[in-house]
Amino acid sequence: MEVELKQLMADLQSLNQSLPDPSLHASLLKIQSRVEHLASLAKSEPVRRSKVKDMSAEVVDSNPYSRLMALQRMGIVENYERIREFSVAIVGIGGVGSVAAEMLTRCGIGRLLLYDYDKVELANMNRLFFRPDQVGMTKTDAAVQTLSDINPDVLLESYTLNITTVEGFETFMSSLKNKSFCTSKQGSGVDLVLSCVDNYEARMAVNQACNELSQTWLESGVSEDAVSGHIQLLIPGETACFACAPPLVVASGVDERTLKREGVCAASLPTTMGVVAGLLVQNTLKFLLGFGQVSPYLGYNSLKDFFPTMQMKPNPQCSNFACLERQKEYILAKPARDAAVKAKLEAEAPSTEEGPLHIDNEWNISVVDDCELDVSSAKSSDILPEGLTHELPVADDFRNIPTSEAPTTDNEDLEELRRQLEAINSK
Amino acid sequence: MEGWDPNTKSTLTKIPLLGTKAGPRDGAAWTQRLKEEYKALIAYTQMNKSNDNDWFRISAANPEGTRWTGKCWYVHNLLKYEFDLQFDIPVTYPSTAPELELPQLDGKTQKMYRGGKICLTVHFKPLWAKNCPRFGIAHALCLGLAPWLAAEVPILVDSGMIKHKDDATTSTES
Repeated sequence: MEVELKQLMADLQSLNQSLPDPSLHASLLKIQSRVEHLASLAKSEPVRRSKVKDMSAEVVDSNPYSRLMALQRMGIVENYERIREFSVAIVGIGGVGSVAAEMLTRCGIGRLLLYDYDKVELANMNRLFFRPDQVGMTKTDAAVQTLSDINPDVLLESYTLNITTVEGFETFMSSLKNKSFCTSKQGSGVDLVLSCVDNYEARMAVNQACNELSQTWLESGVSEDAVSGHIQLLIPGETACFACAPPLVVASGVDERTLKREGVCAASLPTTMGVVAGLLVQNTLKFLLGFGQVSPYLGYNSLKDFFPTMQMKPNPQCSNFACLERQKEYILAKPARDAAVKAKLEAEAPSTEEGPLHIDNEWNISVVDDCELDVSSAKSSDILPEGLTHELPVADDFRNIPTSEAPTTDNEDLEELRRQLEAINSK
Repeated sequence: MEGWDPNTKSTLTKIPLLGTKAGPRDGAAWTQRLKEEYKALIAYTQMNKSNDNDWFRISAANPEGTRWTGKCWYVHNLLKYEFDLQFDIPVTYPSTAPELELPQLDGKTQKMYRGGKICLTVHFKPLWAKNCPRFGIAHALCLGLAPWLAAEVPILVDSGMIKHKDDATTSTES
């Protein structure tokens, strides 16, 4: 472009000199100045906004945060600027994860950790965020490119890896534990993990990491037929973990037999994914900034525009060891939690002198708090609300099923077995 | 198990079940699990050979036994079609099944995820979940990969997506 414009200028120059008629010189000069203008336009870089040190509430066109800080003025959020202290990890930068990342970036989140091992393909273009010119880039690199342009204030970390493999998982765990961004933080180095992956294996890996780190996370998903989705809040020990019960899916609400499954493994729509990303980030903001209520489980059935909700207690017989550990800790921490709730209630409703209702209590009658069920009697998720079903069956209790192959303490050597298999293989 | 052919069913019942619920991050328990995996694979491979139904080779590609590579093949219209087979043992194994990959078929069929991972969602994942942790690699091959090959290879061949190699290179199997 630049070269061509230069050429054009030179041509005009020589034309100008060779023209015999001076009356044409004026219009030629005009053309020349227009070409010069075009050349300067071509040279100028696309505008990049500079970093902003403090979030300002000032309402001017040049303030990227004015409409967000207005949430504070309207009394929705107490302190919006705290958002800059938070770290959020997004696992899976696909149809939901990339949009969630963009939303959080535009909200001015402090730090985003992005995990994916895939590359951008033309087949992704029916969803939001990625552009055709990014085809071939890793999703993490492409996301960093776009997000750092949108808001340079956000600290972006990208990890191109598969978290279900042994090495990928180790890197995933250590990146979550890294506290260099906010050294004063309790627990892990991030405030929330968002699972935006498209398969059960990766969800189980996120579940494992979060159970081990006692890290609260939000899970999201869109059905393979692209017409339903869900988000779920998981607090290790307090709510059901992802392994406590088979995953829930939103029933399509139409006759399942009319759905064609043959031939295709997944469909997707930008609409469903955008809705789910919106629900996910809305609940992320509520969780981080402490406003409204965070939904424990929220389903979305797009065919009927139906949003089932439910709550799930952890399963005392969960197959995940780390989950059981967190459950134990949660029960042990109950007195402290009760005291905190009591203290808060007392602080809110001050000094209404309360003496004992009855001086004597011959039968030792006491009022028991029933808002928090004893875990042993708590039923976990057997009864589902309308519109939800389980995706996979529960594992048969293998301890109760006699197997011919009792796990005997065998003294066979692993190497010996490996050689045996190789011997059969080479026959 | 309704809807499975009696052959697969009877083969399945003869593959030894596993007893240790352990994944690659579980140290000694994983070694025990690995031994059980080997026993099941040895029994299954032997059974296939004696039934003249030999159809795969698989061996651990690293000492930890977390990555496996090999071959699998399928005979269609008297011609043998052979493919590389590979998979990783996921950190959450055996709660989640290994994702079996046929990298050479990546992009050639819709019943596959990126990277050549075969689609197991409908016919295999529920069975695996129900039988955790008694199913292992051998069961995944028997119930996951075998039916997939039987369903997909004929379609791939008939639609011209895959071509048969020269007889000279494929008939070397003794």
